[in-house]
Amino acid sequence: MSGTPHIDMLRSPLGRARGLGSARAGSHHWWAQRLTAVALVPLTLWFIFSVIHLSGASHDRVIDWLSSPWTLAPMLALIVATFHHLQLGLQVVIEDYVHDERFKMPSIMLIKGLSVILALVCIVSVLKIGL
Amino acid sequence: MVEFNLPLNSRVGQGQTFKAPAGAKRVREFKIYRWSPDDGKNPRTDTYEIDLDACGPMVLDALIKIKNEIDPTLTFRRSCREGICGSCAMNIDGGNTLACLKPIEDVKGAVKISPLPHMPVVKDLIPDLSQAYAQYRSVKPWMQADTPAPPDGERLQSKEERAKLDGMWECILCFCCSTSCPSYWWNGDRYLGPAVLLAAYRWIADSRDEETGQRLDELEDPFKLYRCHTIMNCTNTCPKGLNPAKAIGAIKQLIVERQG
Repeated sequence: MSGTPHIDMLRSPLGRARGLGSARAGSHHWWAQRLTAVALVPLTLWFIFSVIHLSGASHDRVIDWLSSPWTLAPMLALIVATFHHLQLGLQVVIEDYVHDERFKMPSIMLIKGLSVILALVCIVSVLKIGL
Repeated sequence: MVEFNLPLNSRVGQGQTFKAPAGAKRVREFKIYRWSPDDGKNPRTDTYEIDLDACGPMVLDALIKIKNEIDPTLTFRRSCREGICGSCAMNIDGGNTLACLKPIEDVKGAVKISPLPHMPVVKDLIPDLSQAYAQYRSVKPWMQADTPAPPDGERLQSKEERAKLDGMWECILCFCCSTSCPSYWWNGDRYLGPAVLLAAYRWIADSRDEETGQRLDELEDPFKLYRCHTIMNCTNTCPKGLNPAKAIGAIKQLIVERQG
């Protein structure tokens, strides 16, 4: 670590261990990550099987398939769960490895923003086909 | 950012070799990390050849033999030599364990010994554990109860309540687990680490303690608790066979449970 460790060292170990205290948060992030992970198991399997099932099908048949509410709804759920899970996971990776505050917050903002944009692009595309 | 190389002044060089006495039959090499704060030099690995026929069975026996008979400058902590004090925790053959509980025969080839990973080194095999001890203190590892103890006796627990503490009270705070955890390596300044979280859960699970909610409040933090990514190194390495990962999982579960 660069910087001025000799100044940090004057703080007592207990003071450093307590630090800024507990954020009293983090459980929602953790729980949302588990929930989306569990949801993605059936949704992803369903998506893979559907694509295999539709291989070689005509354009009209695929449009038909996606227009059904019973297809469109799980498709939207898949998109939301995927990108929500993605940004939760990437945030953890950045918090783990990026310790410089100048890069940390912008990186988190960037991955969250990108995830939202990509999710919206997917949702709009699916709705344009399906509605 | 994470650094993938050791800083220049931490790179480990080749040290001296101390040959086994002539006529030794079962010779085993011990390659030991050496560093002294006094000479301004980089760390080095010294090699000691030990005659196993003239040495006790455990790695700690070999270390004591080296210090007594070969090289008195070798510095390490030890006390009870039976796995109760936690002093001789170090990295042996790539895994953190207690030197007194590790049979030399368990190691194939040369026995490589270094201090517990990713802690500041005081000298040779002695890590500076002040920060880990302070983190331990920060979770208030003592009983907190507003109800006074019965005037005529101690606070009682049923056998079932007492059984919940099994697998936790046995922890001797050697910090083999915390120093084996990559998450603790990268974020040890904010993540409490498995040893301290096991100790925290020991009091959360104690039926006599009345500050359970307060304790959970203090732990619910993206770094203090949720840096645990269930890597399980802690449970794999614990020389006492305890399961800190399970205790951490139980804390996370309780925090979710109280919300709904």
